Amino acid sequence: MARTVWDSTVGKKTVMAVSGVIMLLYLVVHLYGNLKVFFGLQEIDDYAVWLRNLGQPFMHHMWTIWLTRAVLVVAVVAHAVSAYQLSRRDIEARPSKYVHKKPRATYATRTMRWGGVILGLFIVWHILDLTTGTVHPGGFQDAHPYENIVDTFSTWYGNVIYIVAMLALGLHIRHGFWSAAQTLGVGSRTRDRALKATANVLALLLTAGFISIPVGVMTGLVS
Amino acid sequence: MKLTLRVWRQKNADADGAMSTYEVDGISPDMSFLEMLDVLNEQLILSGEEPVAFDHDCREGICGACSLVINGDAHGPERTTTCQLHMRSFKDGDTIDIEPWRAAAFPVVKDLVVDRSAFDRIIQAGGYITAPTGSAPEAHATPVPKADADFAFEHAECIGCGACVAACPNGAAMLFTSAKINHLNVLPQGAPERETRVLDMVAQMDAEGFGGCTLTGECATACPKGIPLMSITSMNKEWLRATRKAAKR
Amino acid sequence: MTSYLEYTTGEPVVDTKAPAGPINERWDKRRFEAKLVNPANRRKQTVIVVGTGLAGGSAGATLAEQGYRVVQFCYQDSPRRAHSIAAQGGINAAKNYRNDGDSIHRLFYDTVKGGDFRSRESNVHRLAQISVEIIDQCVAQGVPFAREYGGLLDTRSFGGVQVSRTFYARGQTGQQLLLGAYQALSRQIAAGNIEMHPRTEMLDLIVVDGRARGIVARDLITGKIDTYFADAVVLASGGYGNVFYLSTNAMNSNATAVWRAHRRGAYFANPCFTQIHPTCIPRTGDHQSKLTLMSESLRNDGRIWVPKAKGDTRQPNQIPEDERDYYLERIYPSFGNLVPRDIASRAAKNVCDEGRGVGPGGQGVYLDFADAIRRMGRKKVEEKYGNLFDMYERITAENPYEVPMRIYPAVHYTMGGLWVDYDLQTTIPGLFAVGEANFSDHGANRLGASALMQGLADGYFVLPATINDYLARHPHRDEVTDDHPVVQEVLAETEDRLNLLLSVDGDRTPDSFHRELGELMWEFCGMARTDEGLRKALDRIPQIREEFWRRIKVPGTGEELNQSLEKANRIVDYLELAELMCLDALHRSESCGGHFREESQTPDGEAARKDDEFGYAAAWEFTGTGEAPTLHKEDLVFEYVHPTQRSYA
Repeated sequence: MARTVWDSTVGKKTVMAVSGVIMLLYLVVHLYGNLKVFFGLQEIDDYAVWLRNLGQPFMHHMWTIWLTRAVLVVAVVAHAVSAYQLSRRDIEARPSKYVHKKPRATYATRTMRWGGVILGLFIVWHILDLTTGTVHPGGFQDAHPYENIVDTFSTWYGNVIYIVAMLALGLHIRHGFWSAAQTLGVGSRTRDRALKATANVLALLLTAGFISIPVGVMTGLVS
Repeated sequence: MKLTLRVWRQKNADADGAMSTYEVDGISPDMSFLEMLDVLNEQLILSGEEPVAFDHDCREGICGACSLVINGDAHGPERTTTCQLHMRSFKDGDTIDIEPWRAAAFPVVKDLVVDRSAFDRIIQAGGYITAPTGSAPEAHATPVPKADADFAFEHAECIGCGACVAACPNGAAMLFTSAKINHLNVLPQGAPERETRVLDMVAQMDAEGFGGCTLTGECATACPKGIPLMSITSMNKEWLRATRKAAKR
Repeated sequence: MTSYLEYTTGEPVVDTKAPAGPINERWDKRRFEAKLVNPANRRKQTVIVVGTGLAGGSAGATLAEQGYRVVQFCYQDSPRRAHSIAAQGGINAAKNYRNDGDSIHRLFYDTVKGGDFRSRESNVHRLAQISVEIIDQCVAQGVPFAREYGGLLDTRSFGGVQVSRTFYARGQTGQQLLLGAYQALSRQIAAGNIEMHPRTEMLDLIVVDGRARGIVARDLITGKIDTYFADAVVLASGGYGNVFYLSTNAMNSNATAVWRAHRRGAYFANPCFTQIHPTCIPRTGDHQSKLTLMSESLRNDGRIWVPKAKGDTRQPNQIPEDERDYYLERIYPSFGNLVPRDIASRAAKNVCDEGRGVGPGGQGVYLDFADAIRRMGRKKVEEKYGNLFDMYERITAENPYEVPMRIYPAVHYTMGGLWVDYDLQTTIPGLFAVGEANFSDHGANRLGASALMQGLADGYFVLPATINDYLARHPHRDEVTDDHPVVQEVLAETEDRLNLLLSVDGDRTPDSFHRELGELMWEFCGMARTDEGLRKALDRIPQIREEFWRRIKVPGTGEELNQSLEKANRIVDYLELAELMCLDALHRSESCGGHFREESQTPDGEAARKDDEFGYAAAWEFTGTGEAPTLHKEDLVFEYVHPTQRSYA
């Protein structure tokens, strides 16, 4: 079965859809946690500590986080590799372009590939900045997200990178969520409007929610 | 009407092609687009040039032979086949670009003629119900709910013109393939081959070098028969179902 | 050289295959008497099938299922595009699902009567019998016929009959039936039982030792002319309506396969029996390349009328009810708008000739749905005819829900074709003709929804049963190869013909000749024919032919895709076939069905048959281009349906 799925364009799209949905679920939880930044240093830093001990005593310290990270890495890699292979295939399937050019499809649809690349690069920066602290401006402190967030969004480039990436994320989710529903065969004529609306709401909430954090720092709400 | 036509000319499959410019005059708004090309071709023959080769046959929008990309749109600006497009959709003095279907799986044969035999091979892979002549039970033995019959018909309307592939930025044949799968899979007569049909046809579609689906919806917009984009969703569902069932065996 | 008109009458041609006995037992009897080929030997027997329409597609698939090796050809890029796909209305079958008094015998009776007593009873009865099985077969293949809410098949009444026996798939019945056959064909191609050659056109027939043994065909992409050999050849290449240039046939439908077979010895029967369909969209100008038919089912609910006054140029909606002439309802009160095609067509011509026609050039009559919309509601009308209305609007830019449609008759179907016996075998042993390519079942006029029935009956059921007999009796052990002198000769002739076309380098395009011939035929051999007109046409055709070979211009070469060359080569054959059509029409100085001779009409203008003089099928034998052919008569015997003057009043 794995072979059939991976070898087929329809199967690879399924891989993309499933991994996309996993990442989307993660984002919702991630945003929910991050918004605690607006309740002050103590609340979000406590939350960070709690996350590290999540599942105890069944899980050891940090195990839940590492498990989540493992699932996410698999999802990102599967999503990206499928996307890369499918894109190459798509480009090869249409080697000559029309002389008469015409803008086609919606903006969200057209930006899936580039949006995906932007998001991939963003994730690398985001991890180096706020997980490992490698490229973090100022002193990085593990399990102190409040301070780290303030550091990052106190630089102009931190804000620019983040806001651009979140806009890309919104477009990506807007087409991606609806598209995943079609790939997984759950779309239907009666459900189409609901699916499109959900996609829009999700895209808007996630983008606005995430962007609210640098905006909070910039406006001094978070400092 | 007087028009400037820019037409893709290509001697044969191996030659390089290019756009050539021609002027036509005295075009009536009542002419079909192909009748306008007939005028051009009569003109070309008399001036000793080779006429523009293009596929066409029934000229009433059902055989699926005609296949021109007009000003960047498969079958032109109206939602119909090229043969049913009339010159009243254009204005006097317009410049019209005419190109062949573009897709790796549809190589150009000459000028505006492409090879669509990949479609035939997709059907050969499973786009049928095995019912050898003489083996059929009485037609009323199996009633088919009207909703299913209508669903089947809606998808069976596909004329196999390939506009979906031409319009798709990925050169994908999902809409064509899904139309046939949905037509046959919803019917009780098609049920015994339901899984093998979708698996084999999708595999053949991939083997022909068509691209994947990114759900841009260009195919359904270009489809002269209005096969809906949801057709692809239904096929995906059938494919997943068949894959799961095959894994269990 | 004798004049073309001085044809000779040869020996009568006799159908030796139809068994005697009660008519409803003949088909069973024939099937039983037919010899069978051992299944193990079938793989060694090759059958060529030319054409992939309803008849060819179904024949190819069924023969392959039986185990024969099938080599099949079509000029289109895919077998799915054959012109059967354009048939709209439906397919008749004597299922009697409506319990409205239908039966095999009634379908048989209606078809013989509708054909104006110029068809063979045995064949027609067989057709009616098989009609029932066709529906079963197509449903099993997944053809999405219209259904009722209970899930059972829906039927409607159609053109000239009073029972509801027409099965349909919206206005695309032909498409759905053809795709069913195409899918069955595809299955056999995938199984390796059929070698399919799309974009390959048959250009000649190879007859060796008096038997059909192969064809010469041209690959339309590479231009390569090749030979293909077989134990039997089946022509399923359709009709010859394109002789008229403007017709409802596909642009590339042509008569080359049947005409070349005729030149090689197959008799051509009743070439003058052509059907003019009453409900086509009128032409808009000289640029018109083809005509589009609107399904005759429209006459079930639409009312046909013209203004009472000549030259009335008011908009249709401004003409009050009492100034309209619903002429079909007036002249034929019991059948009204549902009279057979030939009658409806001629009536339209008559009112237009009187100067009461509507639309550009006065060549049209109204088909009005205002009453139907009032009666059933727009939604119901839309459900029944939506796609036809859309098609009409696309072509004419007029909305038929608001203004009446304009219609005019157009050439649609040819009842004539290669003469075949009960086994569908032509006068060349081993050469079979199925579907519209043969002449067998429709007599002088075809009823609506019967073409699909005949094509599929021939292909699925008749030919696969009868061809066994020929193949069993004539196992060809001797291979025919390219070295055979006959093959060499046929090949050389074909190449010479194409080279000649390319080398004339004149100053007229193929289309200009085709159009000229078509106009001539429409005027003199169209809806109404006269002795004088036909003589004029017979005088003119050889002149056009001569001019053709002097002035034709075909650019390009023969070694490539050359659509002008294809066209020109088809016109060569039209120019000969047209002559035979006119001669046949001239010799048959009676009116019957689609053949209306003005000299032979009843006092009230109806077609008057002359059964004593013309109760035969006219099978013509070719003797040379422009040379008087030989007429062979097949006497038609009516044991079950006794000829009466048709009356639809």
